[in-house]
Amino acid sequence: MSLEDKYLITVGLEVHCELRTATKLFCGCANTFGSPPNTNICPVCLGLPGALPVLNKRAVEYAIAIGLALNCDIRRSVFARKNYFYPDMPKDFQISQYDEPICVEGFLELPVAGKRVGIVRAHIEEDTGKTTHVGSSGRIQGADFSLVDYNRSGIPLVEIVSEPDMESADEAREYVSELRAILVATGATDGKMEEGSLRVDANVSVRRKGTDELGTRCEIKNLNSLRSLGRAIQYEARRQMEIVEEGGRVHQETRHWNEDSGMTSSLRSKEEANDYRYFPEPDLVPLEPSHEMVESVRATLPVLPPARRAVLSELAGGKPSPSELEQIGTCVALELDGYVNSAVAAGVPFKLALSRAANELAALVGAGGAVANESFVELLRAEDSGRLSATQTKAVMSRLAELGGSVEDAITALGFVGLSDSEVAALVERVTSENPDEWSRYLAGENQLAGFFIGAAMKASGGKVNGRIFSALLAGKREVSRH
Amino acid sequence: MAIVDMSAREMAAAVRAGEISAREVVEAHLGEIAAHDHEVSAFLLVLEDEARRRASEIDAAIARGEEVGPLAGVPIAVKDNMALRGVETTCASRILAGWRPPYTATVLERIEAAGAIVIGKTNLDEFAMGSSTENSGFFATRNPVDPSRVPGGSSGGSAAAVAARFAPLALGSDTGGSIRQPASLCGVVGAKPTYGLVSRYGLIAFASSLDQIGPFARSVEDAAALLAVIASQDPKDSTSLAAGFDASEITSGVRGMRIGVVEEMLDGVSPGVSSVLDAAIAALVDAGATVERVSVPAARFGLSAYYLIAPAEASSNLARFDGVRFGLRVEGEDITETYLRTREKGFGAEVKRRIMLGTYALSAGYYDALYGKAQQVRTLIARDFAAAYERFDALISPTSPTVAFRFGERSDPLSMYMSDVCTIPSNLAGHPGMSVPFGAAEDGMPAGVQVFAPALGEGTMFRVAMALEASAAKPAVPVWRSAAAPGGAA
Amino acid sequence: MSSDQISRDETLHIAHLARLAITDEEAAIYASQLSAVLAHARDIGALDIAGVEPTMHAVSMRNVMREDVVEGSLDRDEVLASAPSSEAGMFVVPRIVGED
Ligand SMILES: [Mg+2]
Ligand SMILES: [Zn+2]
Repeated sequence: MSLEDKYLITVGLEVHCELRTATKLFCGCANTFGSPPNTNICPVCLGLPGALPVLNKRAVEYAIAIGLALNCDIRRSVFARKNYFYPDMPKDFQISQYDEPICVEGFLELPVAGKRVGIVRAHIEEDTGKTTHVGSSGRIQGADFSLVDYNRSGIPLVEIVSEPDMESADEAREYVSELRAILVATGATDGKMEEGSLRVDANVSVRRKGTDELGTRCEIKNLNSLRSLGRAIQYEARRQMEIVEEGGRVHQETRHWNEDSGMTSSLRSKEEANDYRYFPEPDLVPLEPSHEMVESVRATLPVLPPARRAVLSELAGGKPSPSELEQIGTCVALELDGYVNSAVAAGVPFKLALSRAANELAALVGAGGAVANESFVELLRAEDSGRLSATQTKAVMSRLAELGGSVEDAITALGFVGLSDSEVAALVERVTSENPDEWSRYLAGENQLAGFFIGAAMKASGGKVNGRIFSALLAGKREVSRH
Repeated sequence: MAIVDMSAREMAAAVRAGEISAREVVEAHLGEIAAHDHEVSAFLLVLEDEARRRASEIDAAIARGEEVGPLAGVPIAVKDNMALRGVETTCASRILAGWRPPYTATVLERIEAAGAIVIGKTNLDEFAMGSSTENSGFFATRNPVDPSRVPGGSSGGSAAAVAARFAPLALGSDTGGSIRQPASLCGVVGAKPTYGLVSRYGLIAFASSLDQIGPFARSVEDAAALLAVIASQDPKDSTSLAAGFDASEITSGVRGMRIGVVEEMLDGVSPGVSSVLDAAIAALVDAGATVERVSVPAARFGLSAYYLIAPAEASSNLARFDGVRFGLRVEGEDITETYLRTREKGFGAEVKRRIMLGTYALSAGYYDALYGKAQQVRTLIARDFAAAYERFDALISPTSPTVAFRFGERSDPLSMYMSDVCTIPSNLAGHPGMSVPFGAAEDGMPAGVQVFAPALGEGTMFRVAMALEASAAKPAVPVWRSAAAPGGAA
Repeated sequence: MSSDQISRDETLHIAHLARLAITDEEAAIYASQLSAVLAHARDIGALDIAGVEPTMHAVSMRNVMREDVVEGSLDRDEVLASAPSSEAGMFVVPRIVGED
């Protein structure tokens, strides 16, 4: 029995999401990524003596949109100061929401895992600046000095805190990818994990099966891709299992994920309790979103991934198979569900449309390609009518994604213009007369020999014959010959 | 009349009319500063060149027939906790020595737009924490009336500058009485407006929920004129009110007005100050007001609540003085050691004491019992004031329980803190309060009467102040004038 | 509420939280001064104010917000000129150890 079979894993996630506002949370500095260091700074976001914060209305609207999309209650909220000294924090306190956050008690559905993850809260806070550690080792520990850039200081964040409802690395990954899809759909963020628009901290604990008591948790930081998240949780869970297995005790602490080594390492001990001395921010007044404000944000929300998935599930007859579920999830996450809907509306069978969108189209889009919705529909109709084989359809789609142009031009360019019906009929005559033995056996009922004739026809036509039309004509000839 | 003895309004009128130039006004005051500031030490920095340049600009604008604003050519002394771009701003702290802000406080933009001229940055208790201006990180300011005594604080430099005729107007900030108490001790008018009436943008925060900027002047009308210029909503300050102040209605008298004397503010008041208050009451009755005693019970707890709330906010506001982005840095082995050394070296004892107190009041385990409860007391104080204002239009009390004390006389922090017992409650409630000089008390030292009113009741407050001023004895004069011309000012 | 006296150890802990280097002797002085102020403040401890709403702000405004419109930023050179140490357009700080 492996360790993983003896233990249960519990994961809760905190996701920091950068909002796509034009300006920072409390000042008019531009919210942009990649500017030269310290060029988007002002007295407010630099924490200069005497400067005061003023709340960005757009950031509040985005926070409300996120809350609504996550089925939260939108509440009266109060900004607080979280006091601690760190050079990336210009005021040496962070303005955040503490005991009165704007969004509370929501949930998010994991379609594949088939479970609901609770959202404890989502609150507004400001981002910190960025420190670059310079020194011999290049790591935080032992660096000789650090450089600080405050361009990121004060960029609006919404921090989304889940319940510890996930029980595996896969569920955690699914949560983040679903959350990301929802956040991007609301327009609140670009969701770019690689640029830090979405940053994930994972709280991981383990406990032996059969016990109720939750184990001591560790918080893992620096998870900037879904892959890191999955690997880090697996590593950390295993580490904790080994400690418990050997009779040891897990210490509550913050750990740093190192992508290169594939390990987590202790960052600082939480036991010497951070005393953040929270108190209400006296320079900001309470935020009490009115009913009108909440409703006007609700009115701007697009159809969100769960509802879009429901549309596809409906097309699957209300009971999609597990593999269809996965394909539906992929389509919605990549915003390809519109292709499927259009194709089905144009008469293409759902399974075909779903499969082509979730597999070939998804791969092409993932690689940076693009296919127009109308072209996708036209192409799938050609496949469905039998004009193009599956292989040909895929080849045409690749070409479209790479070079664009019309579907007909692509088919012509690839030489997939099929033989005419009379040419196929002639081919049937030719291969049956050239293979009289097989033809007799076929006539006698050996149906599998159809494949033999198709192969022969392909060879004879240099692959241009449409298998489905050939089969139909071959079967027709047999009918005639039998009577 | 000598230029330095004119009121601010007279000066502005004469400058606008071309009777005197702004340059002459500035030179007269620079001359007074050169002659006597060594006896007072009101200024941390005198802006001679900048003031002259500004004055010439104003004179040129007048010559071109341009509109130059209601305070054209009037010098203003500014407490050195308001940011002025490119000009050293220190809060009288070594931690900020040499710091030149890259931006300007909203109030200073407002007064410059009104044609006023910043003539210098005045001394204060470091970070506005104190009641004597002895706690400056650089040097103490002396009371111009008697240089062996303190000017009060924390805006002691501004109060002293106005009393000494170094400027007809000054700006101070008041967190627990820091405008009113030095005004009383130096014999000038000082007003703390309703919280939110004047923008705090650019005021280096002491206690954010209590701080207000306000005017000093030698007359009530001058103070009103300055307040009218600085009171207006500022989009850069989220706590700024959509309100202004109209100085035209303050002369209508107090006939028929109901004025309460706050009982809780009469304890521990010196006999001299007590008789000043009695005379003030008599004057108000003479002017047609009814005056009665009133109890504001929760005011007794003001001092205790204040000494939890103000340090708590200060401990957080002063965290940013860490040697990273501006100001002093004392290099250590690592960042934490750098923080520790920089702040140990840069802050004075009183600032450290309050940071410690505030850190304690906010720390885990004490928040509810200390900071939280103090904020509840604030609600009680506001409630009790509201009840009093149902029966009275305005309230009065002594401004300070005593006249100016001698240097070093109050060494233990608690006895110093007691100086603010009458002024603190209106900061906690957010209401306006002002001090009007009303003659002399012990040793011929000036004493003020405090007038306060409900939120945005500045109009009423100034009317009462006008009535008091009308019957007040001649204000005290700087020592060099009483020595030269016994019996008072020329 | 805790006892009336703040211990020297507690004072040292508070000083570290506030990033103030103090000596043991100073800690003793601060401990007694802080205790005195807090003892005075404890008169509010005797007040029965359960259920009284705290006043966090002297103004009763709500929802003060600005439009999301970009305004000018500061000149970097002017800002860095006031910094104790800078390099490559950034603020230089001594090494950061793995502490909170
Ligand atoms: Mg956070
Ligand atoms: Zn900014």
